[in-house]
Amino acid sequence: MKLPPFAYFAPSTLEETLALLREHGDESKLLAGGQSLVPLLALRLARPSVLVDLGHVAGLDHLAAGEGSVTIGAMVTERRAERSEVVGAQLPLLAEAMPLIGHQAIRNRGTVGGSIAHADPSAELPAVAVALEAEMVAESAQRGRRTIPAESFFQGFFTTALEPDEVLVELRLPAGESRTGVAFEEAARRHGDFAMVGAAVVLRVESDRIADARIALAGVADTPLRRPEAERALRGEEVTAEAFEDAATAAARDLSPPSDLHGTAAYRRHLARVLVRRALVRAAQRLGVSP
Amino acid sequence: MSDVVEVSFTVNGVARSVSVEPRKTLADVLREDLGLTGTHLGCEHGVCGACTVLVNGSSARSCLMLGVQAHGAEITTIEGLSVDGELNTLQQAMWESHGFQCGFCTPGFLMQITALLAEEPNPTEAQVREVLSGNLCRCTGYQTIVEGALRAAASARSATATVRGSDLAPKEPA
Ligand SMILES: Cc1cc2nc3c(=O)[nH]c(=O)nc-3n(C[C@H](O)[C@H](O)[C@H](O)COP(=O)(O)OP(=O)(O)OC[C@H]3O[C@@H](n4cnc5c(N)ncnc54)[C@H](O)[C@@H]3O)c2cc1C
Ligand code: FES
Ligand code: FES
Repeated sequence: MKLPPFAYFAPSTLEETLALLREHGDESKLLAGGQSLVPLLALRLARPSVLVDLGHVAGLDHLAAGEGSVTIGAMVTERRAERSEVVGAQLPLLAEAMPLIGHQAIRNRGTVGGSIAHADPSAELPAVAVALEAEMVAESAQRGRRTIPAESFFQGFFTTALEPDEVLVELRLPAGESRTGVAFEEAARRHGDFAMVGAAVVLRVESDRIADARIALAGVADTPLRRPEAERALRGEEVTAEAFEDAATAAARDLSPPSDLHGTAAYRRHLARVLVRRALVRAAQRLGVSP
Repeated sequence: MSDVVEVSFTVNGVARSVSVEPRKTLADVLREDLGLTGTHLGCEHGVCGACTVLVNGSSARSCLMLGVQAHGAEITTIEGLSVDGELNTLQQAMWESHGFQCGFCTPGFLMQITALLAEEPNPTEAQVREVLSGNLCRCTGYQTIVEGALRAAASARSATATVRGSDLAPKEPA
């Protein structure tokens, strides 16, 4: 298969990159790991006339722990994040979700920023970003830097708050707090496939009661979806199997997931309930409190 | 028609330079411009793993990389495994395990296994299966491929084994 023709630029600084985007705007696409964009080009679902390669741009591959948060540069590969000690120690939810993305050869090239910017509704990282209330830092030549909270970043099917002239520079993810357990559960047809449904859970327990809970689902809507009703149902409750079952039922209520050849809407709704319950149980077990 | 771009990289230890259209995938550059047709193309959109090569020692699908993205990189293809026409440890083990039938998927499997064994010389069967989950084979049913990978690991470990050809470890990144 031949990709459609395009002009190729490989800038080495962010400034040059932003200038290129400003000049070419809608006509251009950024190329990160290419693990989503190149298939789209091959199938001619995307036909940009200009490709701006981020592969040589300095300053986009940092990964460091700061005050209460971890900053991950957009060009950090999925595999580097997966194997990072900082991520393992401070972002256990991300560490758990990472190996579920595709296959090793995909994660070797695919980037954290690329996955977030691509915003596949079935992808793991956007759901993790929403569950952790991450912030995305974007930059453009005309408007400078801005910080976008995860809840307003994902706007629709493969659609984000990023403007055509903007580069996603980094993600800021709040580091794990004490007394907080996390878990990521998903069901996929085959190992490495995109999830039919994924569930990310963050659970804080204080003196045997649930102090806070955050639940985000992948694969059930056109964006990753927080489940505030289920979260409210958990707050103040004791850690019991019934509380988790009720919350899981609330999380799956009113969902209208897509039906496709991988699974019907009814099956996905069922998966959402089961996976949320499993994730809650595992998050609690990590805190040493079994329901 | 887009302009051609000069790409310089190392392929199987040899410095190469080619002028290619930026839209050309690394797989096509290897096959058409360098005549290295051992890298096979199945799906051409990232699903089957037949086109797997090593980029700076890590596995990558060459159908999902542009040739121009390989500028400055060290690429290893299936042609880089044997030395002086002798099978290396992995190739020999795969042969002994009957790890292929038609052979179409084999280059991709061998490159992915090479990356695995460089990182984890003593993998469990579960690790082998996990890493190979991204490579599809229509013939073997996978059992003999997994066995070949484990056999290669065992014979590389065994002090008495005759290690033939190049070492399994990919070359250091440039
Ligand atoms: C066989 C296969 C299986 C896969 N399975 C999964 C899976 O199970 N789960 C999953 O989550 N993903 C999966 N993926 C996708 C993979 O995770 C991609 O790597 C990722 O979604 C995109 O990252 P990338 O770096 O390759 O981005 P690219 O493909 O280079 O870019 C994707 C999009 O994001 C834009 N973009 C990239 N970087 C930036 C930036 N810094 N700023 C602004 N825009 C940017 C690009 O312009 C493009 O539109 C799979 C891919 C394949 C081929
Ligand atoms: S040909 Fe590259 S993954 Fe199938
Ligand atoms: S041996 Fe025929 S596809 Fe694997």
